[in-house]
Amino acid sequence: MDGRLRVHDPRGYPPRVTGKRLAERLEALDGKRIYLVDCLFDNSAAFMEQLRRWFAEHLPAVEIRTITPRESWVDDPEMRARVVADGDAAILGVGL
Amino acid sequence: MALEASGVPTVAVHTHVFEKLARSVARMNGMPTTRQTFVPQPIVDRSPSELRGYVEGTDPVSGRPFMQEVIEGLTRPLDGEDLNGVSFERSTPRLLEPDTEENLQQLFLDNHWTDCLPIVLPTDERVARMLAGTSHSPDKVVGRLRPANFREFWELTVEKVAVNAVMAGARPEYFPVILALASSGVTARSSSTTSIATLSLVNGPIRHEIGMNAGIGALGPYNHANATIGRAYGLLSQNLQGGSVPGDTYMGTLGNWYATSATFAENEERSPWEPFHVQHGFGAHESAVSVFFGGWYTQAGFGPRETWQEKFKHCIAAAEHNFAPLLVLDPIVARGFVERGFETKQKLSAWISERCLLPAREYWDNQWTQTLAHPLAVAGVEPYATRLKAEPDELISVFTPDDVKIVVAGGEAQGAWKMFGASYRGKATISVDAWR
Repeated sequence: MDGRLRVHDPRGYPPRVTGKRLAERLEALDGKRIYLVDCLFDNSAAFMEQLRRWFAEHLPAVEIRTITPRESWVDDPEMRARVVADGDAAILGVGL
Repeated sequence: MALEASGVPTVAVHTHVFEKLARSVARMNGMPTTRQTFVPQPIVDRSPSELRGYVEGTDPVSGRPFMQEVIEGLTRPLDGEDLNGVSFERSTPRLLEPDTEENLQQLFLDNHWTDCLPIVLPTDERVARMLAGTSHSPDKVVGRLRPANFREFWELTVEKVAVNAVMAGARPEYFPVILALASSGVTARSSSTTSIATLSLVNGPIRHEIGMNAGIGALGPYNHANATIGRAYGLLSQNLQGGSVPGDTYMGTLGNWYATSATFAENEERSPWEPFHVQHGFGAHESAVSVFFGGWYTQAGFGPRETWQEKFKHCIAAAEHNFAPLLVLDPIVARGFVERGFETKQKLSAWISERCLLPAREYWDNQWTQTLAHPLAVAGVEPYATRLKAEPDELISVFTPDDVKIVVAGGEAQGAWKMFGASYRGKATISVDAWR
């Protein structure tokens, strides 16, 4: 092959990406219940507390609740169900 | 993203160094327009007033007020891309376009498909020779790997593992060991910010069949099988899980030298104790490989001397408690412990668990203990719940007897031992024979 080599691609097989839509946004936050989801990284609770205080001072008509999953980095279906059942929106932090 | 899919408008807050990774994860989940906001790194060790400054400050990625980004993330009407997400195939070709050896070496390097050392190019002929090292068909799915819990799994086949084994310079007779590692589900290229490596241990007759070194220099670059099996495990992990690129699919802040190659064999013949794989359900006549996730701290010593108990207590106190110790003892040291009444590895592990204690306040004042163990303790999961109940100055055990793993290796040139932060998690001993 005129000194050229044919070699294998070393990469694996990625799954197909399937598009998902975002949830409808809120028209306004007043009167709504927002869950602050503390993802349990070290000191993230302290950050979420400052976020809660900011809402209390600047947007007191928004109801803020803080919630945590059972473990770090693991999906917690029970916590998620609670947010879906009685939350209007969620803010996740801090971390992936 | 699961909340969005359930109809809850959501904003995610990250520190700014994770921007690229956060956007990549969102895209690969089909939601590239996931509303993301950013605060400066770090969060850890920042005071409440500093964190308040983050909240009232500017998003370092967008340059706009952070809270404005949060509020708009929850209220800004959706556009077309928000509604549809993005769908696409990401197939990879089986073969690359033909090119010269020099150009292909450069291509592999530029695409982050290597460990930055020259590789053996995986020609069809070489891959076919590697495949002859197993009875399994090339298209058999070996398992799945991913660089972190929140990333997607990629599937890997026997042929793709063979390609990476060739690149590492491995020989076909090593291939069953490499396939066993690939099937473990444990990556050797974790993307953790904490800079993880995965150490692997080979036991059983395969050690001699492929000429592994468990004697002098057992943990060093002095044996072809040891070195290339470890390298293959790293290469197959990065290429078959979707990459290990700094700042994108790898976030280990310091990196880890052990990630280059860290496979070794137990010196079963010179050990006074049961081989590691026999401790974990295999027969002595069977071959198996075990993986240890971490590669954090390394401590070392000699003996056991008169003050060995104090030395071990100091080492355990200095250990990062998220990763249990893997003790690798030269046979001289192992026999020294037998002479002191430790007739089994389990007895020494139990002594370390029961006697190497730490004040509770020191145990809990740790970033990863707080992140990983504290939520479990609050949820009542043992042994963390008991540790959380302890008074701050109360001495507590930080590793269970089962956490502390012991292996014998080395060539009796010195009574040396090493203690690595590398946890044996889950079912982490895998049959090599099943991959012959």
